[in-house]
Order: sequence, then structure tokens, then C-alpha cells
Amino acid sequence: MLRTALTRLGTALPSLAGVIIVTFLLTRVLPGDPAIYFAGPVASPEAIAAIRAQLGLDQPLWAQFASYIAALVKGDLGVSLTTGQPVAAEIAARLPASAELTLLGLFLAVAVAVPLGILAALRQGSWIDHACRLLTTAGVSLPVFFTGLLAVYVFYYLLGWSPAPLGRLDSFLSEPPARTGFLLVDSLLAGDMEVFHAALAQILLPAATLGLFALAPLARMTRAAMLAALSAEFIRTARASGLGARSVVLTYAFRNAMLPVLTTLGMVFSFLLGANVLVEKVFAWPGIGSYAVEALIASDFAPVQGFVLTMAILYILLNLAIDLLYGLIDPRMRKVA
Amino acid sequence: MDSPPMDTPPMDTPPMDTPHVPLLDVQDLTVEFATRRGPVRAVRRVSLSIARGETLGVVGESGSGKSVTSYAVMRILDRAGRIAEGSIAFSGVPLRELGEGEMQDIRGREISMIFQNPRAALNPIRTVGRQIADVLLRHGQATRANARAKAIEALEQVRIARAAERYDAYPFELSGGMCQRIVIALALACRPRLLIADEPTTGLDVTTQKAVMDLVSELTRARGMSTLLITHDLGLAAAYCDRVVVMQQGEVVESAASHSIFRAPQHAYTRRLMRATPRPGARLRDLLPEGGAVPEPVATAPAAAPDAPPLLEVSSLVKEYPRAGAAGLLTRWLKRGAPPAPFRAVDGISFTIRRGESLGLVGESGCGKSTTSMMLMRLLDPSSGSIRFLGQEIGAMPARGFAASPLRRRIQMVFQDPTDSLNPRLTAARAIADPILRMGEARGAALRARIDELADLVGLPRALLHRFPHQLSGGQKARVGIARAIALNPDLVILDEPTAALDVSVQAVVLNLLQDLKLRLGMSYLFVSHDLHVVRLLCDRVIVMRQGRIVEEGSAEQVLEAPRADYTRELIAAIPHPPI
Repeated sequence: MLRTALTRLGTALPSLAGVIIVTFLLTRVLPGDPAIYFAGPVASPEAIAAIRAQLGLDQPLWAQFASYIAALVKGDLGVSLTTGQPVAAEIAARLPASAELTLLGLFLAVAVAVPLGILAALRQGSWIDHACRLLTTAGVSLPVFFTGLLAVYVFYYLLGWSPAPLGRLDSFLSEPPARTGFLLVDSLLAGDMEVFHAALAQILLPAATLGLFALAPLARMTRAAMLAALSAEFIRTARASGLGARSVVLTYAFRNAMLPVLTTLGMVFSFLLGANVLVEKVFAWPGIGSYAVEALIASDFAPVQGFVLTMAILYILLNLAIDLLYGLIDPRMRKVA
Repeated sequence: MDSPPMDTPPMDTPPMDTPHVPLLDVQDLTVEFATRRGPVRAVRRVSLSIARGETLGVVGESGSGKSVTSYAVMRILDRAGRIAEGSIAFSGVPLRELGEGEMQDIRGREISMIFQNPRAALNPIRTVGRQIADVLLRHGQATRANARAKAIEALEQVRIARAAERYDAYPFELSGGMCQRIVIALALACRPRLLIADEPTTGLDVTTQKAVMDLVSELTRARGMSTLLITHDLGLAAAYCDRVVVMQQGEVVESAASHSIFRAPQHAYTRRLMRATPRPGARLRDLLPEGGAVPEPVATAPAAAPDAPPLLEVSSLVKEYPRAGAAGLLTRWLKRGAPPAPFRAVDGISFTIRRGESLGLVGESGCGKSTTSMMLMRLLDPSSGSIRFLGQEIGAMPARGFAASPLRRRIQMVFQDPTDSLNPRLTAARAIADPILRMGEARGAALRARIDELADLVGLPRALLHRFPHQLSGGQKARVGIARAIALNPDLVILDEPTAALDVSVQAVVLNLLQDLKLRLGMSYLFVSHDLHVVRLLCDRVIVMRQGRIVEEGSAEQVLEAPRADYTRELIAAIPHPPI
């Protein structure tokens, strides 16, 4: 198992190097000059040149790259021009917010999508199958900024059930001591139920918005995989041996259907993590996605590179986890690996 | 959803359990399937009964309703199917009236089933032992504590060596024959009284088939069980059944003791099936229905002079594959040892095919016959040895380059599965046209004329040419595959088990067609098959392969009538055939 994990990590190194090179080059060829942006609208050409020299932007590309790599090896992702803070620290501060939101959204999606998909496959053509189809169609076709705004309008403005969509925690409450960076977990660890409830109230709407979006592919894949598994010949054997419905559906069919569902889960997770910018914007969520977009608009190289690199590493780790899970579920995969 | 398991065995020695009550009594069973075009009756008023300890064979071709009948007995029809009429009594208990929970108690414990394609019949991601333990636990035959031991015992009963180790094996780690033993262990684990075997050996090698069937009949006899054997193979039914029921299009057409049914078949359909089954002594024309005998076509192609150079000359052909674990460069560098000896799939074989001759290549799965035909087709590169075709060495040509060689068109192939070897998105006409278009032979009207000509040659009605594969029957698809192979007038056609997926009556027609085409067009065949009787019908000479080597070579008559190698004798003995 450990050996498989290490081998897989080793094969990911070239793609990591590729990501570093490509993001470096892409940020350099993008239009927009950070020196001009940084110097402000009334700066003289001399001031701009001075800033450019200070930032090292007057040096040839390879020299810039070399100093970038030299810093990267030390774990230094550079300094953001707009905030003046080290990028590594800012990403570390913001990543938990995005991760917590994404994980909860994904959890909600799985909790609804998998049972729904299984039921839809078992009762093909029934009302639950149609409900599943309706929900998945809605999930794919409604953009998250729309469902997010709708949720805010209904649950905050009309019903008043949820708090103002302004960040992770009511500003009157103090954050629990950071251990995991996840407010829900930290508040529970600190035993502070008031903060826990407040944080839960804040995260519920954005997580549900993300969840609705993630639900669609998961429910569809669960349904399709279950249909395929249920029509397999070994299901007939299981039924002919007198096994009960629960054991046929869950132990025999669902475990076989889990492989494609898991693949879909990995894909959904990876694009949710970076692409929830819109949800973060609607709910004023202090996450990594909104940070990256703001930096990109300001031609602020270091945060963009840091963001892409972080995403690449997360993506690689995620794929590794999924590959290992695959091996746990399907013995045939272990042989291949 | 599960019903609580019954505390007492449900129907052991009830009052009606007297010797004259048959164990299974099916009366006027009708099964309907809901389709888009309304209900279809797949089984119509079928009646059959099995006495205690009796083995009943249900024989018929695909679509005869024999499997559906057995699924109806087990009440495991899929959602679209339902029992419309009739009664099913097991040991006097009417099965149709039982609730699903009670039925689940009967399945696996009183009546159990074994299936075709054993590897697919087992859950691929659960160890085989756990699957047996699941059934034992379900029927209260074991506790969590002793389930493992009992499952291992069940494995030992079907003579699986090192049963304790095999408990933890997954189906993909076992051979097909071994998987079928596991399925049998699964079915017999709870000591049921009736075993339904649905094509249990289709797709297995003949020697494996014999071993599996002998095991089943021995175990069921020892336990006094009854067996319902569903098969398309008359020989198998004759060899293992006491009584035989013949089904055609959902109806029982004949039912009699197996020794009399084969000697004096009453129904015309039974007689037709009997005729179509390849058997010792029968010639190719004998397989066709009575009265429909076709005159031998005149050989229009000039016969080759006996001293002419052979069409194909294979010498010391070898194909090696690296053993598992020898692959990685890094591993090899780390271990530094000598790599393990590669696996020789084909181990130095030599043979020739003359012009207009058919050579049969016979052997069981894994003997290297498919690898050989792939090398001749130049889809695989041989490790060493030479392949001379039409006087030119083609063995050294890389497989990729051969597609561009002018010799490529002179070798064609007909594949085993007539469905899978046709592109589902191409019509029959387009499929036949494919090689012609690729070689740039003809376009437009000339192409259409050639396709019509080919369709006539293989006996495919022209009206069917615009159909897609799923709109054609198995035999029609086989004709399309043959038409495609002969479209470029090849000199050599490799036939890779071309009739293995077909019903016997269709097989008889296709084999005759192949023979007619050979005489008319003067082609040579390399006929790859596992069935010696089929090979004998079509081939002049036969090669028997085992573990990559040729164990016997000779004329078809000599190999079948007076085999020299022990292995050939074993193969021939393993083929069941009706006692005629």
C-alpha cells in the first residue's frame, strides 16, 4: 500500500514541474504590467521603472524564473503586491475556509445523491426516478451564483431563517482557537456550541448551493452505475442463492457501482475546490478562490502562481487518495498497481 | 426487506411428500414479457416434471424459452417478465403463491442454480469464500464463527485443491473451470434438493466441460438430488440426462427418455436438431435439414498442382511474453538477477497450407491457437521463426507495416463473435464495403454491384443489406462477417471459431456455406476451433496444439479415427455426442 502510494507520488512529480513552468510563463505573457498597477495612476515613468527594478521585472525571464524557483524551494511563494502579505501565509489562512465549504458541500451532495441514485435505479420509472432526474437537471442547468442569490433571497431576506451572508462567522463572535482551521471542527473541539451553531448557520447556505451543483453528476452516475451493476450476472446468482434484497443491493450491487461514483466524486471535488469563486463572492466567503481572482485582475503574479500550485498539489493528493480507495474497493486494481 | 429466516426447514417431510409426487411439477406455465410493442409470450403452456433423483434435460436453441422457464421456477425473472398462467409446485408446495420472503428461503436452500459464464456469475470484488459464506449465513447453515470453515468444506466438496487458500481468491484470479466449481460449491453449499444448471459448461473447454459435468452428476447422485440441465448441446443432454424435453419457440415439442429420444426422435424439430449436430460419421451435407440437400457446387477454381509451392509455410514460429513481474526496468535494475524465463505462448511450431486446402487448428483455451492466428494475420509480431506467404517472408515485416503491404489483402479473417466483430454503427452493406473502400478497389455503382454479388454469394438477402447489426440474426451477422472477409478475393481466410456463438442449426448452414465458398473461389482456410467434430467436417488436415506446441498432425480422418497422441484421444473422448 505504502509502496503504491509512493510510486504514484513519484509519477506526479513531472506534472508538478510542468504546472510550475506553465503558470510562470502564463502569468508573464498575460497583458497588464504589475509595476504600473502597483505604482498607481499618477506615477511618473521613472517611478514605474524604479518599481519594476525593485520587483525584479526588468531582468530576463530565465533569471526571474531562477529566483522564483530558488524561493519556491525554501517554501517562499513570494509577496502579494496588493496586500503586502506573504502569499504562503495568505493561502494558508484562506484555504481552510474554502476546504471547509467544499467538503461540507460535497458531503451534503453525497448524502443526497447516492441514496437518491440507488433508489432511482431500483425503482426505474417511478416518481423517485423522475424526482432524481428533475433534481439533477436543475443542478446542472442552474448556475451557482443564481441558486446562491436565490437562497439568500428566500432564506435570509424573505424568511429570515439564516444570518446575513457575510463571511464565515458573525463578527460579534470570536473565532475559536485555530487547530484545523475548520470553524465547525475547532468550535466543537473548544466546546463552544454557540460559535458552532453560528458557524453552521453561516456555512449552510453556501454549502447547500455548492452541494446542489455537485449533486447532479453524482446522482446521475450513481443511478447509471447501479443500473449496470443490478443487471450483472452475479446479481442473478446472488438472487438465485436466496440472498435478501438488502444484501443484494448494498453488498453486491452498490460496492461494484462505487468505482465510477468514486471517479466522479474526485472530479467534482477538484473542480469545486477552485471553481467555487462565485459562491465565495455571493456569500462574501474569505476563501482561496476569490483571493486568486482578485490577484489575477490586479496582475499580481505571486498569488496567482501560488494558487495554481496549491491547486495542483491538492489535485495530485486527491487523485492519489482516490487511486488508493480504488485499490481498497476493487482487488483487480491492486494487481495493476 | 429481509424476511426473518425460518426456524424449521420449510418443507422437509410434509405429509404430501410421498414418492409419487414429483419433486418439481410445472403445469401450463406461460411467461410474458412487457415490451414496447405489448406483451410477448416467451414461454407458452410449458409442462414438465422432475422426479426425485432424476436428471431432466431441457434442450433447445436460443430463444426457445428454456432459460426463462427456469427463471420462472426460481421466480427471478427480471422486472419486465411475469408468470401469466400456470402452476409450479415444488414438493407439493405451490411456489407461485409464496411471498417473496418465503421464496428467498427456498432459493439456494431447496432449489439452487448454476449459470453459464461462471466468472461473470461471481461477484468480481468479493472473495469466492465470502460469497459462499454469505449464502450459508443467509440460510442459517453456519454461524459467523464457523462460516469460514464451512465454506472451505464446501470448496473441498467440489474438489478444489488447497481450498483454504482459495477461500481468499477473487474470481479474476481463477480459471474458468475453477470458477464454475466455485459456482457449483455455492449452489450445493446448503444441500438443496433440486439443482438447475443453465448451460453450465458453455464456453468451457471440452475436457473442463467433462470434468465439471462429471462432478455435478456425481455430487447430485450421491446426495439423491434432482437436476434440471438446460443446454443447447444434444450430446451433453444425452450423456447426462435420464429424460429430455425439447423446446422450440417457447413450447415443449417433445419429451421422452433420453435413450429413446435420440434413437427415435418423434418431432420434426428434434430430428432437425439431431441432424444439425456434428457427430462421428456425419458429413457436412448431412447436417442440413432433410430434403433441402444442395448439390455440391462445381469447383470452378483451378486445383493447384500437388507439387506447387505451398501457399503458407510456417516454420519454428515462436511467440514469447515476459512473465508478470519481469516488466519494470527499475525493478530489473534493482534486482540485478536474471529475468524469469519468458512465457512461450507459441513454442516453435511449423506447418504448411497448400492452395485450396483447409487446415484445422484445434486445441483448448490457452494452447496458443489464437496467438498463432494473430501472428499469421500479422496483428502480432512473432518472437522468432518465419512465416512465408505466397513465397514472401512476411514474419519479419512489422505488424504495423503489414497493413500497407500488397499481401495484406490476400489474408482475411472471420472472427468468433459475429456481433462484436461488426461495427454497430455500420450497416451490413457498409461493413462488407469496408475492405473494398480501404483498398480503393471500387466506388459508386461498381461498389454497389460488388456488394450485391457478395451478398448473393453468402446467401444474405439483398433487402437486409441496409440493416444494422442489431437488426440481424446471429446467422445473418455471420454471413456479413464472411462476406466482408471474402470481399477482396483473399487466398487465405483464417476462421477463428466462426460458429462457436451460433445455434447448431445455424452452424450447420454456415459450415456448408464456408465449404461451398471454398470450392467456388478456391480459397484456403485455416480453421481455428476447439471442437474436433466441427473441424473434421470442414478440414482436410488437422493440427492439434497444446501448450504452444503441436502434439499431433495428420489428415482429419486419421486424427479423429486413429489418434496417435494421448492428448488427442482425451480431447475426442471428452466430446459428448448423441448415441447414434
